[in-house]
Amino acid sequence: MVLKIFFPQCCNTADSGLLVGHWIPGHNSAVVLAVIHYPFIPGQVKKYLSELQSQTQVDLTVLGSWSMPKEGKEGMDSFLKDLSTIFPQKCWLQLSREIGKRGFICQGDKIILIHYDQRKVMLSQLHPVQDVSQKSDIEPSELRLVFQTVAQSQPLFFLDKYDDGPLKLTHWQSEGREASIIAELLKQASVPVCIFLTWLLSLWHWFLLFISSKLSTCVQSGYRAVHFKTVFSPKKAATHMEFMRKANIFVSFLLDIALGLLLISWLYRENRISKLADTLVPVADRVAKELQELLEWLMGAPAGLKMNRALDQVLGRFFLYHIHLWSSYIHLMSPFIERILWYVGLSACLGLTFALSVLSDIVALLTFHIYCFYVYGARLYCLKIYGLSSLWRLFRGKKWNVLRQRVDSCSYDLDQLFIGTLLFTILLFLLPTTALYYLVFTLLRLVVVLFQGVIHLSVDFINSFHLFAIGLRICRPYRLAEGVKFKVLCQEPGTPLHLMMEINPLKCSSVLQCYRTPTYSCYPKDSWAALCKKLFVGELIYPWKQKTDKTD
Amino acid sequence: MAEEEFTDINGNSISLDCQTHSAFCREFTVTSPKLSLRKVMVYTCFVWLFAYAVFFFTENTAVLSSAIILTLVGMMIHIHFVKVDHETLLIIGSLGVQLSSSYASGRESTIFIEMSKLKDIVINEAVYMHSIIYYLCILIKDPADPETVASVVPLFNVRSSCCCSIAKAK
Repeated sequence: MVLKIFFPQCCNTADSGLLVGHWIPGHNSAVVLAVIHYPFIPGQVKKYLSELQSQTQVDLTVLGSWSMPKEGKEGMDSFLKDLSTIFPQKCWLQLSREIGKRGFICQGDKIILIHYDQRKVMLSQLHPVQDVSQKSDIEPSELRLVFQTVAQSQPLFFLDKYDDGPLKLTHWQSEGREASIIAELLKQASVPVCIFLTWLLSLWHWFLLFISSKLSTCVQSGYRAVHFKTVFSPKKAATHMEFMRKANIFVSFLLDIALGLLLISWLYRENRISKLADTLVPVADRVAKELQELLEWLMGAPAGLKMNRALDQVLGRFFLYHIHLWSSYIHLMSPFIERILWYVGLSACLGLTFALSVLSDIVALLTFHIYCFYVYGARLYCLKIYGLSSLWRLFRGKKWNVLRQRVDSCSYDLDQLFIGTLLFTILLFLLPTTALYYLVFTLLRLVVVLFQGVIHLSVDFINSFHLFAIGLRICRPYRLAEGVKFKVLCQEPGTPLHLMMEINPLKCSSVLQCYRTPTYSCYPKDSWAALCKKLFVGELIYPWKQKTDKTD
Repeated sequence: MAEEEFTDINGNSISLDCQTHSAFCREFTVTSPKLSLRKVMVYTCFVWLFAYAVFFFTENTAVLSSAIILTLVGMMIHIHFVKVDHETLLIIGSLGVQLSSSYASGRESTIFIEMSKLKDIVINEAVYMHSIIYYLCILIKDPADPETVASVVPLFNVRSSCCCSIAKAK
């Protein structure tokens, strides 16, 4: 069996000492984590290792000895051999390096030495992500165990040879300690800030419960509040996925605010917002005029079809009166619109998604008359269809049994049959007129719904785009690892095989797929067939369903 | 190091190189022919003459600049994503198998398959249009059921005459 030793690159030039690490069970391989230098007391070494074992849950042991001879220091070999009796092992590794040679010398044959970058492997996360706490049936592979071992041994890397302790260790920190006073201060300050913000958010959430969930602005702000609860919770993220989620929500929120401020600076420069407000009332008037012309066209002979004159006139006048009411309200509001729009535009500082939701709500309010017409037309049409189907059953001598939920035969009296047939004929001949009005207003409503759908899709895209993961993949590609790659290092005769293990970063497409944030994505509630059926029968359609946020 | 004459499924000549690093580590490299300058010149001239003809009729200089941009972008995409320079198969005993493709622009894409996931390496045959081609592929175990095969990874995009040499050398 081939013995595989994972050796950290930072220990290539370390002084002689003991190799400390972990034997991977079942795979005949060992991961070297650090080198303990002379002088040391074996008892202290054993005590330190057992302390760390309880802290890290990793079975740390002394694997063997490492010898890097310097000028003037001779006679280590016999000393090293005696060490194996102090630290009993079933397999004692003896690695040594000669001055001027690049390869290591190791006892025994069939050995592969794999060099790895300790800091990168410690910070890296292998994909597909498997939780350590999750009890899965899948046996973790050898590489996954190596990565897990290095990641879990972080407490081992706190002390190194420059500290005044009983033991002097060499590991990745010996190359240069990394720390930043600002980062440490921020970490300390973040906990009380998070607690305060969580308290504020609970108040806001209670306030939002009073407002209806129809306005998309409120939905968006509720959604953001839920997000902040996740981000600002004082508990530290336990798993990798939680950490990515938190980080992404934070980054995405910052980006949103930045885009919103950009939008504000564009809108308020050269007073574009007043110009926008000035064009709003003429646009609403124009829409009202177009609708009026449409209704007058319907009241005549639209597309050459012959309508029932009386019903046509009634419906047409009814809708025209609505339009007249609507335009008078708009004219009433017109002096205040500029002010209102100016203040509403400022709300874009809460984020671009907020501004888009406000736009969607404004569109919904301005086209409220189209919505009303659609509802009237649909209800009328629906009633007609139900009436027709029920009277059609009467025509054939059948009846709907509500108890049994099926069609049963029924014997009607003569006068029932007479009135029923009469009503059926009336409804049937009035059907084309109602159907035409229904068709026209449904099409208009669908256009508005489509526009709102596009806005919601873009809001959803901004919410769910995982900017943090993409940024991490570009700036620190070793953090998200798909696998590893090996390179054969140059061979010298007499030395075992040396390989260099590098991290193979995740492909960008896999990053996006793996880290998609689940959002309240607006997707069509019904399939196409169901939608067509609803349209045919005259049921009111609300095609975009807001799905509640599913947390993983 | 063994070098013989091989061809790929399109008839271009390729070369196979085998290097033994140690008793349980071997590396096979398949090198494809380089990008032919003549083909590049022919394509570029064709596209530009066509663009010039369109410009002659429409008198719009945007046609010329778009043709130039199109040619450049097309060439960049071709050497970065399509043109494979050489492919390497590194077999390390009891660790795993590594497949690496190196493209003409220098980009390298690598996959490492661990020994525990590997079921077997076989030569498979496929019917491609009018001919039958043989290709070397790796069978990967299904994580839930170790007996069944989850996926098949084809090695190299070339023809089989070198597959036999690799299989024999393995």
